[in-house]
Amino acid sequence: MIEFIIRRVAQAMLVLFVMTLLVFFGVHVIGNPVYIFASSECTRECLDEIMANLGLDLPIWQQYLMFLGNLAEGDLGKSFTFGVPAMSLIWERFPATLELATASLAIAVAVGLPLGLYAGMRPDSLVSRAIMGFSMLGFSVPIFWIGLIFILTFSVRLGWLPSVGRGQTVQVFGVPVSVLTRDGLAHLVMPAFTLSLIMMSMVIRLTRAGMREVLHADYIRFARASGVRERRVIGLHAMKNILIPVVTVLGMEFASVIAFAVVTESIFSWPGVGKMLIDAIAVLDRPLIVAYLIFVVVMFVTINLCVDILYSLLDPRVRVGGGGP
Amino acid sequence: MTGARLAAAHQARRRFLRGFLAVPSAAIALVVFVAMCTAALIAPWIAPQDPYDLTQVSIMDNLLPPGTEAWSGMTHWLGTDGQGRDMLSAMLYGLRISLLVGILSGLIALAIGTLVGLVAAFRGGWLDAVLMRIVDLQLSFPTILVALILLVILGRGVDKIIIALVVVQWAYFARTVRGVALVESARDYVEAARGLRLGAMRILFLHVLPNCLPTMLVIATIQMAQAISLEATLSFLGVGLPPTRPSLGLLIANGFNFLQSGRWWISVLPGVVLLVLIVSVNVLGDRMREILNPHLRR
Amino acid sequence: MAPVLELRGLRTVFATAAGELPALDGIDLAVSRGEIVALVGESGSGKSVTGFSVTGLLPSVARVVAGSVRLNGTEIAGLRGEAMRRLRGRHVAMIFQDPMMTLNPVLRIGTQMRDALFAHERMGGRAAADRLERALAEVGIAEPRARLRQYPHELSGGMRQRVAIAIALLHGPDLVIADEPTTALDVTIQGQILALVQRLAREKGTALIWITHDLAVVAGIADRIAVMYAGRIVEEGPVDAVLDSPAHPYTRGLIDSVPATHPKGQRLPQIPGRMPTLAELPDGCAFAPRCPRRSGACADRPDPAPAGGGRMVRCFHPLAEGRA
Repeated sequence: MIEFIIRRVAQAMLVLFVMTLLVFFGVHVIGNPVYIFASSECTRECLDEIMANLGLDLPIWQQYLMFLGNLAEGDLGKSFTFGVPAMSLIWERFPATLELATASLAIAVAVGLPLGLYAGMRPDSLVSRAIMGFSMLGFSVPIFWIGLIFILTFSVRLGWLPSVGRGQTVQVFGVPVSVLTRDGLAHLVMPAFTLSLIMMSMVIRLTRAGMREVLHADYIRFARASGVRERRVIGLHAMKNILIPVVTVLGMEFASVIAFAVVTESIFSWPGVGKMLIDAIAVLDRPLIVAYLIFVVVMFVTINLCVDILYSLLDPRVRVGGGGP
Repeated sequence: MTGARLAAAHQARRRFLRGFLAVPSAAIALVVFVAMCTAALIAPWIAPQDPYDLTQVSIMDNLLPPGTEAWSGMTHWLGTDGQGRDMLSAMLYGLRISLLVGILSGLIALAIGTLVGLVAAFRGGWLDAVLMRIVDLQLSFPTILVALILLVILGRGVDKIIIALVVVQWAYFARTVRGVALVESARDYVEAARGLRLGAMRILFLHVLPNCLPTMLVIATIQMAQAISLEATLSFLGVGLPPTRPSLGLLIANGFNFLQSGRWWISVLPGVVLLVLIVSVNVLGDRMREILNPHLRR
Repeated sequence: MAPVLELRGLRTVFATAAGELPALDGIDLAVSRGEIVALVGESGSGKSVTGFSVTGLLPSVARVVAGSVRLNGTEIAGLRGEAMRRLRGRHVAMIFQDPMMTLNPVLRIGTQMRDALFAHERMGGRAAADRLERALAEVGIAEPRARLRQYPHELSGGMRQRVAIAIALLHGPDLVIADEPTTALDVTIQGQILALVQRLAREKGTALIWITHDLAVVAGIADRIAVMYAGRIVEEGPVDAVLDSPAHPYTRGLIDSVPATHPKGQRLPQIPGRMPTLAELPDGCAFAPRCPRRSGACADRPDPAPAGGGRMVRCFHPLAEGRA
């Protein structure tokens, strides 16, 4: 087990290193940010001074080494536009994204699981077909378009829900949270539901597939043959087998949800890291873009690592030292 | 190929088509998709105006609701957008670009992915390990983020977005083709071909590749829907295509600003076209998988 | 005394693309208290379908369309939902073939046993634990308390089958249907399980239907035997009579193709051809195409007729009794 964990951690570190290289050099190809700061009457000296201020006059490998050194201390440089450390901006915005992503995860499971179970138990019924059609839509229709229809319907036409921002928040342990106020909740509903659709589709498919497979399993027949109540057979005996892959996939997808929040946050002007990234891209705020990417990469690698390790603990059948899914 | 084999292949194709059309939703999707492709292809001839030609577009006619008669006397059945472009024309041209980007990026990614997959499967060893590591790494990151960053680096343009879409798609093909090729190359007929000392390339292209085709076709179709959807999303976010060449996604994005004022048609209409396109491609892909995937065949 | 289980004209069909195909075509069978009846046949002959038809656990494409199933004299054919559930485990229990698949891989043994227990009885946690430990001890499992906390994968195949048997016998059912419960086990373990089930059935007076394709097992355990072919019982009677002097040509063929019963060095006789699938069943005797004794009469369907030694046989040309 220990060996397995060490190997996984080493792999994760390697991926991180490769990603810092890719991100740093990739982003450095983008046009010179100096011109954003320089006014039109700026002279050569003035440009050089700005370059020196931003540390852009050094050779690129030296910049990279500095970047790595600072990264090790958790410093990802100052945002060009805001003039404050990029990481502090990310930490300031991240709770909003996390809240959005968590809410959509909850919606995806709360809606997707029962639908998937139903579709798995009655695969040929009309309702099941409708559910599967819905899940196909959720997979393939761009979420910005769904968000747009929501806004048109519930904000513009019906006027029920606000379409911009987080609304009123409450501080919980110093972190602003929307879900606890009526106003905040009203703001959260549409973006969270929009963002949840992809995951919901995934939950529906996984649950349905799992259900269909499990229902034919001998142990389910045996449980039934022993007189175990149907609710218990489905609710525990089948469910526990179905949930293992669902939980694994959801765990791994959670990071993607945070990435997809980029789109949702732009549509609903949700003040999270995704919206920040789009704004940073618009003004070529390099340190902020790099900081966001490194942040996401670290998050991804960490989540994948945790899921791998958790999976080997969750499923009693997985042998010690065996690989993840 | 002998006449008998040709006839057999022809018959197989007809059986495939008949099986395909046996499901009404697939038949409808096929009709819709072909109609859309045709409309996109002949857009310059059927569109009421050329939305790129500034002499034909008047800013005076902007934001007209559907069915309004414009200054010029032309009736805009689907209204006009913020710059006075006829929505119907803009959508036809937008569809053209969306399809172009989707199909072209899919084909290039298919070619690259197939090559990588076959090489990995046939060479094996360290090369296979390295290639598959790269594929895994690529697939573990969300496509939207990879494409977004690439476009930030590359800038705007039809070619740029195709490059970005190829980069995010090739790995799917590579992984699948490798899997299928590994299974196929373990089969008897490939062993037999090896026994006959046929060249590796000949075995690959004459024996393994044709058997990978059904799977690749299915993935290519589903990937195409994903690519169109992704392109629309990226354009919506303001990276990707230049504003002068609006795809469906960009049209929707433009209309988004007018949504709050109740001018729904500018974003909703191209949205509906995009939706219908993506759904029909997906239905086609699903049906194809049902027919071509022997595991699902009952 | 009424038999524990009595099947009359049981007919079960599978809905397929080719229409409804009869998997069981008029099964008559009775099992008394304490009696062990072996249900023998090739795979696809309808042995398992018979078991599932009784317990109402047929796959969704199959259903019982005709006939009666009487459990302790009460008609249970067509019972569904809660009414059927009340019978399962308490009056009729099942044991399956592969102990690797029978127990839920992600639930502890204790959880699975407790669920089966609470399906029909209410009791406190302490009493339940005692009861389960006793049940495990009864099937010869050492350290039952520790086992309750384990997962199935921590147990050997034989152990798992013992656990499954313990679960099946938990409520002292009147009838146990064992669907090839030893096939997947090692030979030595097979013998142990066989002896265990036989002993428990005798002690508790449980009626037992033992589904198998292994005639050696039948000889060792059963009182009576019913040979199935293509959804019908072709011969049925006391096990010694049937095995010593089969009346149906198919039974003869089955016995002859067991290597152990055959003199060394001679060619092992085989039944030519294979069993027809449900879709290609002939109108008359289903065995006729493979039968060495067939005649024009076999184009009609033979009815069950009494043969010597308390037997019933479905054949126009039964073998003479006593013929070796």
